[in-house]
Amino acid sequence: MGEFFTLSVLVATAASAIRLATPYLLASLGETVGQRSGVLNLGVDGVMLLSAFFSYWTVLETGNLWLAVFVGLAVGLVMGLLYGVITVFLKATQGISGIGIFIFGLGLSDLLFRRLVGTPKPVRRLPNVDIPILSDIPHLGAALFQRNLLTYLAFVLVPVTALLLTRTTFGLNIRSVGENPQAADSLGVSVERTRFVAILIGNSMAGLAGAALVLQLGIFQPNLTQGLGFIAVALVYFGAWRPIGVMGGALLYGLVNATVLHWKALGIIPVSDSDLANMAPAVLTILALIIVARRVHAPSALTKPFTRH
Amino acid sequence: MKKQWRLNPSILVMLGALALVGAACGGDDEAPASGSGEGGALRVAIVAPSASDDLAFTQSMVDSVNALERDVELSITDGTFIVEDAAAAIRGYAEDGNDVVIAHGTQFGASLMEIAPDFPDVTFVWGTASDTQGLANVFAYAPAADQGGYVNGSIAAALTKTGVIGVVGPIEAGDAVAYINGFKAGALAGGASEVNVTYTGSFGDVALAAEAAEAHLINDVDVLTGTAQMVVGAVGVAADAGVPWFGTQANQTSLAPSLVVASQVYHWEVVLEEMLALRDSGVLGGQAFEVNLANGGLVIEFNDAFELPAGVRDAAEALIEGITNGTVDTGS
Repeated sequence: MGEFFTLSVLVATAASAIRLATPYLLASLGETVGQRSGVLNLGVDGVMLLSAFFSYWTVLETGNLWLAVFVGLAVGLVMGLLYGVITVFLKATQGISGIGIFIFGLGLSDLLFRRLVGTPKPVRRLPNVDIPILSDIPHLGAALFQRNLLTYLAFVLVPVTALLLTRTTFGLNIRSVGENPQAADSLGVSVERTRFVAILIGNSMAGLAGAALVLQLGIFQPNLTQGLGFIAVALVYFGAWRPIGVMGGALLYGLVNATVLHWKALGIIPVSDSDLANMAPAVLTILALIIVARRVHAPSALTKPFTRH
Repeated sequence: MKKQWRLNPSILVMLGALALVGAACGGDDEAPASGSGEGGALRVAIVAPSASDDLAFTQSMVDSVNALERDVELSITDGTFIVEDAAAAIRGYAEDGNDVVIAHGTQFGASLMEIAPDFPDVTFVWGTASDTQGLANVFAYAPAADQGGYVNGSIAAALTKTGVIGVVGPIEAGDAVAYINGFKAGALAGGASEVNVTYTGSFGDVALAAEAAEAHLINDVDVLTGTAQMVVGAVGVAADAGVPWFGTQANQTSLAPSLVVASQVYHWEVVLEEMLALRDSGVLGGQAFEVNLANGGLVIEFNDAFELPAGVRDAAEALIEGITNGTVDTGS
């Protein structure tokens, strides 16, 4: 165990946790905005898969990483338009239509990968960018301030999302249509427009999460996310629908995964106990959700389509 | 000539998705017609858990069927993560009149035991498995993956400077365990001081495999290997760090052309030919087969672009010879 508590290993574990947390954080922040407006999106994983594929394909064809990021964002936006029409205007049951979006994204990304790419081919990964001065801080600098730009963006979006939700008129509208859409409507807030825009924001961030995942790995293969989008939805509950809480959940999930991997690499967790250790992140999430469920409540109108009375 | 059909689950799931969305608001397939293949070709179907071009387990079987020296009409259902989906595909191919149905995954065994007795004229091929569960129309196959693992491990030991080698595995099961145990034995016998093994707990989680490789690197590892389709992430990490990589199941050189040293490649066609010959003679199953270095079902494919130190390749070739003639024991 002593080997783990060396500075180099601790720094590497922290860096690993941040890498793992980045896609979760981006997707969860977006889903937070959507859920605060009363819309649950179980299709996050499908959106991430489609965005990840298109981002990957863009790099493969053009070599342009930033175009790939933009494409990932744009695919998320398009999926948001689709999901918005289905849930807000057609008033579909959110849970079922979200699963439909997930399966659609899973299938289409798989199909396109086979048709357009075939065998996995490595592409360039997002380079790490050192933040001047901060990256020179001994040990801490390497873990926190020598990351790629999408990681920095994910963490910058935490206060931005918090400010959006709590300090802007649009944020107030989001929260009001998520808690009491009838009252918001009676005050002149367009429930449908507000929810639609919240969905667009949420899906765009899911798209960004897909781009971040694939551009960190530098490779795509079918079902790349492995259910990451569903964990991201769970982290919104874990974080009690607050961006700072969501960030805590994403970091904790990443940290547990990273610690388990490092302990395995060091032999602290013997191979015979490997399967047991693999359950740790999921068990932790479930426990946290049980605890959270006792002290907070979801937006009152979450999953309820709006109909003017 | 081989004609290839693909029953793509992607199309099915997308149609299913659209139906779900439609239901919330308010499978199609390309399987060939039943009967003999075109021009009397043998109709073979593969059901496999991952993508047919995964540079790993599933691709090894697809490549092997395509390498068969006979006229084959091939259908594939891949990406069947869910065993029940695979079972439906296996039964569907049998009902459609395929001559041979390959259930490429240990996890499909229980389903196959229920399905095979219903189709006594169809040959089912199941692996990786070491026995046929007593069924007369089931052939089983398994790789002696420890053999190639041992050779790879031995070469890895000759390349490491720190003496510490890292392994990224999926779940502690099947040929992954055999490969990893063989690799570890070969590396330690070759002089490595430590072989650290990480099972990520997933055959498909590329991100975890990548992070597992990162964790190894920080712990002095300077040579890596891994098995299953999720290793594409780990190979990327190795490539970025300039660390040599050893592949298994399929040739993984394309993932890191200058850093993949060698790959143990499964050539299932060696035993598939034997099974089909038995089928031609009226024996539809009931036997288990193994691919190994001796019968040519396992081949160590070296990457000529990776320059090995003098003598290492000769030593590896000698080791292969030793394992083939039984003078070298892999310890498994």
